[in-house]
Amino acid sequence: MAEWVRACEADDVDAEDVIGVEIGDARYAIYRSPDDEFHATDGYCTHERFLLADGLVMDNIIECPKHNGRFDYTTGEGKGAPICEDLKTYPVKVSDGVVFVSLG
Amino acid sequence: MIVGAGECGARAAFALRERGFAGSIHLVGSEPHHPYERPPLSKATLIDDGDPVPTTVADEAAFAERSIEFIADTTVIAIDRSAATVRLDDGRSLPYDRLLLATGASARSLPIPGGEHALLLRTFDDAQLLRQRLTGGGDRRRVVIVGAGFIGLEVAASARQLGCDVTVLEMAPRALARAVPAEITDVLVQRHLDEGVDIRFDVRTTGIERDGDGFRVLIADDDKPFAADIVVAGVGASPNVALAADAGLDCDNGIVVDGHLQTSDPAVYAAGDCCIARHGLFDGRLIRLESWRNAYDQADVAAANMIGETEAHTAVPWFWSDQYDLGLQLAGLFDAASTTCTRRRPDGVSVLFGLDDDGRLVAVAAVGTGAAVAKDVRVAEKMIAARRHPAVEDLIDPDTNLKTLLRGT
Repeated sequence: MAEWVRACEADDVDAEDVIGVEIGDARYAIYRSPDDEFHATDGYCTHERFLLADGLVMDNIIECPKHNGRFDYTTGEGKGAPICEDLKTYPVKVSDGVVFVSLG
Repeated sequence: MIVGAGECGARAAFALRERGFAGSIHLVGSEPHHPYERPPLSKATLIDDGDPVPTTVADEAAFAERSIEFIADTTVIAIDRSAATVRLDDGRSLPYDRLLLATGASARSLPIPGGEHALLLRTFDDAQLLRQRLTGGGDRRRVVIVGAGFIGLEVAASARQLGCDVTVLEMAPRALARAVPAEITDVLVQRHLDEGVDIRFDVRTTGIERDGDGFRVLIADDDKPFAADIVVAGVGASPNVALAADAGLDCDNGIVVDGHLQTSDPAVYAAGDCCIARHGLFDGRLIRLESWRNAYDQADVAAANMIGETEAHTAVPWFWSDQYDLGLQLAGLFDAASTTCTRRRPDGVSVLFGLDDDGRLVAVAAVGTGAAVAKDVRVAEKMIAARRHPAVEDLIDPDTNLKTLLRGT
């Protein structure tokens, strides 16, 4: 059974943008796509440890703020150099204006 | 054959394989290390706890997996273009079909009497030596840095974070005068002053003399010299062109390459800090760039063209500098701008835009805590690449999302 953990308010995230959240000791990135879907991934880029929440979201792509590594945040797929490792994604649901993630 | 195993050379070797090249690849580097990232050398390598190690970008396994023959600690001393071979300092000669020069740049030394006493920072070994000096000795170390460019200011921030007394002497009237508008550098300089760094402008250093275990840094007009335990020079870098020039290739403040990074010899390419390239975004102007991103971008373009693809060098120049917890990012070329305008964000960050005579966006710069400016600079960079002509009133209005301007006209 998935355990849903509260991540943030839906209103905290602008459309086509990302914010960083801290759950326990770990950092996660919560995305809101242009068509208003929510997604969640690990908070750090897989290339070097930079917070993706500082990066730019365009359509379904998040770019690392430092080296411009690009990922599809809906699937976690890395989009070429310097990325060699995909990004871990997590299931998300929105209920009463609150975004929950399943970290299990 | 790739000469120079910095990040540019290593990236080019990988890019050749990613693009399906199946022939042999030699990557020759004069440093004893595997290819590593230089940006940390002025920051983490100097101040992080524990023994510093290079941030390796390609290890033996990565080379083996891609059948790339990496030759470390070896210098290419001559190119014989008629025989299409390079001669190595271990006596070997190796043939090539295509040659990439990624020879990088060397830190300039101070052209003054005693200039050899000033430490330089370019390689990992330089950084290790500087770290030993900055952290050794127990007493509070007095550091004098000549030059308020990126290296000078980043070393100043690191030395201050290590508890040293830091003085920066700059010949020009302001910091980073070559690349960055005053509105942005003022933020960085003010932070250095707040941190207790003594920055002096319009000061010409004329000599360095030994004084017991330390040094006396002499300045023009017979003003009082500065006492120092450590002197560091951050006065720019010169492109490594000797190999190319000796081989008769066109050189002029860099190995001259066209918009496809080809030299005056069609079998020879150059990329990264060592080359001066015709830039597709700026009317084919010859531009030499010293930055991590440029090394990376040009490596890709050169690799493509070396195997018969046709890729133009049009990437927007981009770089960053981290000092204390501040991050500066800059994209485009302020040289190409005739006017600037500023967006003042509610969080106190100013984003400076540069426009040319036609109102085309050609440059952007901003400084803020951590990566706070990354998104705005990145969107603006995409606008520069797309040759957008945004309205000034939209650029300066913090309530106008830059993404809508990118999607506009």
